[in-house]
Amino acid sequence: MVDLTTNCAGIVSPNPFWLASAPPANSGAQIQRAFEAGWGGAVWKTLGQPIQNVSSRFGAVGYRGTAAVGFNNIELITDRPLEVNFREIYETKKKFPKHAVVVSLMVETEAEWKEIIARAEDAGADGLELNFGCPHGMCERGMGSAVGQEPKVNERITGWVMKYAKKPVLVKLTPNVSDILPHGMAAKRGGANGVSLINTIKSIIGVDLDTFTPMPVVAGQSTNGGYCGSAVRPIALHMVGALARHREFGLPISGIGGVTNWRDAVEFLLLGASNVQVCTEVMLRGYRIVEDMIEGLSQYMEEKGFKSVQDMVGKAVPRFSEWGNLDMNYETVAKIDAAKCIGCQLCLVACHDGAHQCIHPSKDSAVRVPVVDEAECVGCNLCQIVCPVDGCITMAKVENGFPPASWNEHLSQGAKLRPKKGAH
Amino acid sequence: MKPQVPAVDPKRAEAVFEDAKPRYTVQQAKVEANRCLYCHDAPCIKACPTDINIPEFIRKIGTGNVQGAARTILESNVLGTSCARVCPVEVLCVGDCVHNLQGVPPIQIGKLQRFATDAAMDAGWQFFEAGKDTGKSVGLVGAGPASLAAAHRLRRFGHKVTIYEKGNTLGGLNTTGVAPYKLKADASLAEVEWILSIGGIEIVSNVEVPTQLSWAELEKKHDALFLGLGLGADSWLDVPGKQLAGVRGAVDFIAELKAKPVDLSAVKHAVVVGGGNTAIDAVRELLVLKAKKVGALESVTMVYRGTEAGMSGYVHEWAYAKEEGAQVSWQAQPIAFEGKDRVTGLRCTRLDAAKKPIAGTDFTVPADLVLLAVGQAKLGALVAGLAGVKVDKGVIVTDEAGATGRPGVYAGGDCRNGGKEVVNAAGEGRDAAEAIDAFFKAGGRRG
Repeated sequence: MVDLTTNCAGIVSPNPFWLASAPPANSGAQIQRAFEAGWGGAVWKTLGQPIQNVSSRFGAVGYRGTAAVGFNNIELITDRPLEVNFREIYETKKKFPKHAVVVSLMVETEAEWKEIIARAEDAGADGLELNFGCPHGMCERGMGSAVGQEPKVNERITGWVMKYAKKPVLVKLTPNVSDILPHGMAAKRGGANGVSLINTIKSIIGVDLDTFTPMPVVAGQSTNGGYCGSAVRPIALHMVGALARHREFGLPISGIGGVTNWRDAVEFLLLGASNVQVCTEVMLRGYRIVEDMIEGLSQYMEEKGFKSVQDMVGKAVPRFSEWGNLDMNYETVAKIDAAKCIGCQLCLVACHDGAHQCIHPSKDSAVRVPVVDEAECVGCNLCQIVCPVDGCITMAKVENGFPPASWNEHLSQGAKLRPKKGAH
Repeated sequence: MKPQVPAVDPKRAEAVFEDAKPRYTVQQAKVEANRCLYCHDAPCIKACPTDINIPEFIRKIGTGNVQGAARTILESNVLGTSCARVCPVEVLCVGDCVHNLQGVPPIQIGKLQRFATDAAMDAGWQFFEAGKDTGKSVGLVGAGPASLAAAHRLRRFGHKVTIYEKGNTLGGLNTTGVAPYKLKADASLAEVEWILSIGGIEIVSNVEVPTQLSWAELEKKHDALFLGLGLGADSWLDVPGKQLAGVRGAVDFIAELKAKPVDLSAVKHAVVVGGGNTAIDAVRELLVLKAKKVGALESVTMVYRGTEAGMSGYVHEWAYAKEEGAQVSWQAQPIAFEGKDRVTGLRCTRLDAAKKPIAGTDFTVPADLVLLAVGQAKLGALVAGLAGVKVDKGVIVTDEAGATGRPGVYAGGDCRNGGKEVVNAAGEGRDAAEAIDAFFKAGGRRG
């Protein structure tokens, strides 16, 4: 078995799978069960002045019968007494000395930060995570995303923390910003050892059609919650990738947002995260999902010849560029494998209504395999996406004789572009 | 005045039958609906004789729009409620589901259709209104699925409609002939009631055409006629002992068990002769009665002249019958009914592959009840009084839309197709109504 030991900003864990700071990491008993199940680390549910929560707290969006492709919550930070949390941190570290216990923190004044950092480190925390991201409840009190959305405030508070912290510090960033870079850079200027992202996205998860109430419903009312779960992964991947490829950033990243299995985790690692944190899928399926995550990642690493998790971190970063650098002369067309096609014609209707009208019924009405008009196909992938048969539709490269040329090269050097397709 | 739909006898034998495919719960329907790929130009639609827009109604179930799902189904087929239960979906829509092509279980279209249409029947959702009166009048002979489908569509066009039924029930074989584990008489009659609720469908029962009401009179009263005559009585085997008590037609026996109690107290061994779907139905029904300990039934045996591979009944139906304990004697030709007053056994001889008797192979199958499922009488002299209506091999000859050779006279259902499914009758009735409307619009007059 390959070695999955991971180091994120100086915080070492037996594998890259951490519980995110959230309900699954609410107590010592839970986190100890998670470690027994195989989780490598946990970020303790945010400690601060204990709050009081409402009922209900969670909502979910389903899609074509899948119960919770997206999820949101209006739960706040810990509602348990701080001394109980610290005692359990101590006990957990004692039982699991090799596992990473990171403590998430959220307080207001410098004095409070100083005190809570000391108590967390005394309890045995391996690292600290600063919750600058929570987009509901706490931000209205001047904390959470209210901090994360203001680079100056972020930098100042991170600076306070770094004065007192002896253990590595991760700043947890909010995605509720138009560009993640200034916020990552603020954390860096404040002296953070790394960042973790994304926190949840401001959202309304749905509206009850009968009571006209947004969800989750609290006594006939609702409020904005934090969106998470599988559906947010693309947003998280983008933000992780944006920081990872930024030349001046360079801090370790703990990737969060819609990680449901080992494949999702590998995507984060390839885009530059040093490890991943998971919440929603654990809430939906339990700690046991880590068994498959560990196996799947190990097999993947063996298959690809990676000796350590670190070996694969950022492998996809060089291939993430801006649009203007993409090769405009790269041409693909859809190919339908008639032997695999089951004749559902979803590609045909998708192409006709949602793309470029270049997939047609066969002229032989007895044949249900559609025909691609390759002269018109723009290579958009929509047909491949809707096809329910794995490997039936492939996007094949067309040798058009044009050397690679990006839009930027076209503008700056007059590089020749192939003729447009489907633009009549 | 609203036509009276006859009541059913709560003590009828079919009451003990349970649904072979019970109605989906909301949860089951949702899960199944969400598996549908929503194919474009879907093969399942093409496989449906009434071209129900199946992917569309299934999508509607998935979004919780059950009312819309029912409307989509019933728009194409007003007998969608019974068809959901009695259609041989395995060889129609479900058989053509593209999932089959990748080894994934096909969508249970029949069950989903039942989910939506049963909801419509329960709630009494009405989707259709009678059209503005056109002054035209159509007489329909027979009150089975074909006539009901035609009548409903004709009412939507605004034509006056009168159905003439020789018996006193409605719904044809849906009420009197469908296996009770698929559809019971009360459910069929509830569907008839829903169809009639469009209003303006006059029912004249207990009138036999042409003996009690002549074709000439009918043609005088109506601007067009639709023949939904069905098939005739059970065919008989012309062998010694054919008059013995306990020798019965299968269709006749099934009609009895669907309408009233049956006395099987003296029947230990039942034999069904035939290899078609009526034979399999009869076998399966007797097996249910045996399992429910109705009467003294100990064994149910099918006797068929051909081989298993050669039987005309559906493979899936026969597979169920075997699972349920059917016994069978293949390549066996009945040569006599044994017994004094009552039948006690069926004397048979073995046939070879060419269905020729093999000498010295005679044997007797013990039988206290023999049901003959060897076909039903086709139309003979029934339409003789209608010059121009051609009958070929016992079925009425029509064009694709259902027009006979006599202007203004249309036909559909078993009398036209020789005995197919309810869904075929429903499609033929609907299409004939369209053709009749077009005939009127073209100023059509009878010759």
